[in-house]
Amino acid sequence: MSGSIQDTFFEECEELLEAMDEGLTAVEGGDHDPEVVNAIFRAVHSIKGGAGAFGLDELVAFAHKFETVFDEVRANRLQLDPKLIQLLLRSSDHLSDLVSVARDGGSTDEEHNAVLIAGLEEYIGEEEEDLTFEPMGLGGPSVPLPIEEESEKTYEIRFHPLKEMFGTGNEPFFLFQALSELGPLKVVLDESELPGFDSMAMDESYLAWNMTLTTKEPKSSVEAVFEFVEGLCELEISSDTDGEDEAAALAALNAAFGSPGDSTEPETPVPFDAPAPAEVAPVVSSEPTEKVEAAKPESNKSEQRGPKPTLRVDLERVDRLINAVGELIINHSMLAQQIANLDVADLRDVETELEGFKNLARDIQEGVMSIRAQPVKPLFQRMARIVREASSATQKSAKLVTEGENTEVDKTVIERLSDPLTHILRNAVDHGVEKPEAREEAGKNRIGTIRLSASHRSGSVCIEIRDDGAGVNRPRVKQIAIEKGLIPENAELTDSEIDNLLFLPGFSTAKEVSNLSGRGVGMDVVKNAVSALGGRINISSTPGKGSTFTIILPLTLAVMDGMVVSVADQTMVVPITSIIETMRGSDEMINSLGADGTLLSIRGNFVPICDVAGALGLRKPDGDQPPGVYLLVETETGQRSALAVDDIHDQRQVVIKSLDGVCGNIPGVAAATILGDGKIAMILDPESIIAASPTSATFDTERRMSNAIAS
Amino acid sequence: MQSQAEVKIGDQEVKHAQQSEFVSFTVAGQAFCLKITQIREIRRWSPVTILPHAPVDVLGVMNLRGAVIPIYDLSARFGLQQTEASERNVVIVVAVDGKPVGLLAESVSEIISINPEEIQDTPQVDSRHTMEYIQGIISHDDTMVRIINLDAVISVPEQGLS
Repeated sequence: MSGSIQDTFFEECEELLEAMDEGLTAVEGGDHDPEVVNAIFRAVHSIKGGAGAFGLDELVAFAHKFETVFDEVRANRLQLDPKLIQLLLRSSDHLSDLVSVARDGGSTDEEHNAVLIAGLEEYIGEEEEDLTFEPMGLGGPSVPLPIEEESEKTYEIRFHPLKEMFGTGNEPFFLFQALSELGPLKVVLDESELPGFDSMAMDESYLAWNMTLTTKEPKSSVEAVFEFVEGLCELEISSDTDGEDEAAALAALNAAFGSPGDSTEPETPVPFDAPAPAEVAPVVSSEPTEKVEAAKPESNKSEQRGPKPTLRVDLERVDRLINAVGELIINHSMLAQQIANLDVADLRDVETELEGFKNLARDIQEGVMSIRAQPVKPLFQRMARIVREASSATQKSAKLVTEGENTEVDKTVIERLSDPLTHILRNAVDHGVEKPEAREEAGKNRIGTIRLSASHRSGSVCIEIRDDGAGVNRPRVKQIAIEKGLIPENAELTDSEIDNLLFLPGFSTAKEVSNLSGRGVGMDVVKNAVSALGGRINISSTPGKGSTFTIILPLTLAVMDGMVVSVADQTMVVPITSIIETMRGSDEMINSLGADGTLLSIRGNFVPICDVAGALGLRKPDGDQPPGVYLLVETETGQRSALAVDDIHDQRQVVIKSLDGVCGNIPGVAAATILGDGKIAMILDPESIIAASPTSATFDTERRMSNAIAS
Repeated sequence: MQSQAEVKIGDQEVKHAQQSEFVSFTVAGQAFCLKITQIREIRRWSPVTILPHAPVDVLGVMNLRGAVIPIYDLSARFGLQQTEASERNVVIVVAVDGKPVGLLAESVSEIISINPEEIQDTPQVDSRHTMEYIQGIISHDDTMVRIINLDAVISVPEQGLS
């Protein structure tokens, strides 16, 4: 049992770490909004609480220090200067390491841990002499809390839980227990609201407690005990000595927490776990998960920055659903075709209904697809860390700027993008960005900027990594390629061909093996990973200005709008997103160029014609009978081409059926789909058709490249 | 033959448990067979969608209840002449590593029940392909029935395609 609870805890941790990273990134970007700091604090606090319940002492100890610093920041006793922010960033990295270690085993870097703790303590220490910090959540077991000596006070506490509190699994007993840790506590039950037995509602809360607590702790500590049931109970705390200053402090505390609802944190009872007596421990340890689910919707009402309520579903179930919806859409097309074939005079009613069916199916489908799609944000956030680590390992300064974080990509794609992106970013820091001195000499900002952006582009996802470093050192790249026998010595390569040599297997330019790159794993691994996702990767570079890697990925499993065309008696589908314009050609529009090149003249512009049938090897390119219909498409590089097909039939939504495992990669074909008549049609990939077309210069490049490699 | 028949009669019960069943079919006039447990279904031939740049023995892909399955021409794969697919031909759907694959055959003949001991090793012949694709042979009604090694048939040429 504890295993599954622990799993939930770690899943929660993932989310919390994400929230923490997000907050820290915002802080780094200059957003010092107290709510942001609060969000980070809560995340760290929740991790600490959960870790405490599982006895992960190291994690608790570190999280506590971390949290304490944030508490100082929250109380405006510490300024968020760049140095502190850097420390916090490194600490957050370490915290996520500790979580991983706790989950997967292994060992942590003790030294690193000690350095960071010392760093954090410095900040805590400075403030310790004249100020108190409130020990939120009573602290971890192993950490002694410096508490200012204060005279004893007596608090009168009236605590009346609302029925919602019990709904979240909170237990007054543990609150009392926690209070009694603060000092002698007297609890009197107030059952005056209790109705007669007949009129008692089972789930209503009738009981209240009046408590008298004598403690040295400040009022805020007493408040802290009820932190997790705030908004779930009626609470009055009055002290015999306190005056308006305490009231002000309370107000400040409430303000710091935003509104009551959001302090119902998931790990509610955990802080009380450590001091709790043995017999209640099992109960407590089973609670975090229940609370997680129950408390979440609560915390959302008022919490915009916090995570949205989520549902964890087995991925397989979603996939089954997606498949079923795909079938539904195919089924609809078949039905529509069958009905159209019927010899019935008046089909209008049926057609209207069928249209409704189609819209519904589309709705369901979009909904289902969006379940799998996830924003790239968490992935990008992890990448910030990679850049941070890479720059500190290479003594360079670089910062990561991310764009289009909310671009939604299929979950599988996100998962499998992590490695290639890590690799590219490390390379960007290690090879791309220059040393600060060199940057200054070149008249650039000392801090290198690496821009990571995601966007949807013509039915694909485009991920771009752009650095403002030195760019590819082409003479050197070429020399290495020659040395390693990757290209013949006399090879004449264009700049872009040289850039693309980086993707050849066994290529690595690092002169010395550094910590980061140069382990013999080159960019070819990146390329393979991207290809495995059905994507493409490109590099473009300007010496002195930097390099850009562009990764184009398909929106997997998606349904897309396609144009149904016929090519050499075969029905095929061209993604509509890549088509700019369609037109019927006439002889005078066609111009020959050289031996086998033909150009289509469109309003004074000439674009190369690419015969689809020829490119697919379905018909010998004889050139005498140009097919009549042209689809004007634009490639990712902005190059335009006219795809020649025999005819256009229809425009419709098609379900993409992957050809993975059915046959190997076919040049020119992206996937397949099933048409209304049950036949399979190939979905064409205009990009690779153009590349495979003899008229294209790209093909020439590739052929020369492969020749070069082969020789 | 005679002695085998006698054993069959005399030892009916034991035989039954040990017997394996094969579905025999013809490809380019020769008799082949597959274990009945390897076969998912047998369908009448219907035109397939051509895969561009595919080798001659890959006819194309077919829609099998929403799944896209590749169809191989067994005859071409065995190095015999290409089958002129028509309505009379059949597609034998088999599963290789859980993935359905269609095999075009001229026609399905019958189900053969035999003893595993009756399977003879493939005699040594020159053609390397033959050795790879044929697992063994059965003598049935005085004709030779070749047992297809499914894994070899499906996996080897597929690499050539990709």
